[in-house]
Amino acid sequence: MSVKVMIPRALRQYADGKDVLELAGDNVGQVLDQLGEHCPNLRPHLFSDDGELRNFVNVFVNDDNIRDRDDKATAVRAGDELSIVPAIAGG
Amino acid sequence: MQPIQLQPEHDKAIRAHGVDAFPHECCGFLLGYDADDVRRIVRVTEAVNRRGAPEKHNRFTISPEAFLQAEKTARAEKLDVLGFYHSHPNAPARPSQYDVDHAWPVYSYIIVSVRDGVPEAMTSWVLQEDRSGFDPQPIAIAE
Repeated sequence: MSVKVMIPRALRQYADGKDVLELAGDNVGQVLDQLGEHCPNLRPHLFSDDGELRNFVNVFVNDDNIRDRDDKATAVRAGDELSIVPAIAGG
Repeated sequence: MQPIQLQPEHDKAIRAHGVDAFPHECCGFLLGYDADDVRRIVRVTEAVNRRGAPEKHNRFTISPEAFLQAEKTARAEKLDVLGFYHSHPNAPARPSQYDVDHAWPVYSYIIVSVRDGVPEAMTSWVLQEDRSGFDPQPIAIAE
């Protein structure tokens, strides 16, 4: 399944400046693996050393946070939008 | 360091939000585009500080759902989310260590100090590449 992956401004420098990538996969994990292959410099900003998504990185399939669904096993369909959304906090 | 350009209404809106939220921290999004070595803010939108009552006097969190919607709004207007603003109630407009620890590169972080309900200094910052701190970013208010 071909999905659009939306890259936030803060991370585009690690994705050759791209804001959108069209990648394939049946679930979020497969799409993120593809993303890591295409943009290896992006990988350490998304994943910890054990390969898990970092706590301060959120991933949405359309309007659904994958943490509210099946995490990396969340299925994707052709035309879905996968958005990488950094956690924002401070004070 | 490219300056960040705000329209007068953005400056006013950020200050007003800081006053309205006092003694808690306010927060929001900066939408715009980078061109000709200037970060040009086109729209400032408020966000809800998702921290609980004991913490929101010196901490803010923007929900990922809110950030996603801000990104969609920005894209629809051919803009980007270029940063965030928040207030420091009764504290200087300088990033805390907590701000440093939670910041992302590239984004502008505007901070407005609100002292006893009165807005004072407003500053902008961009995280250094090694994450050791922030670089100050000049704010230009358009005429």
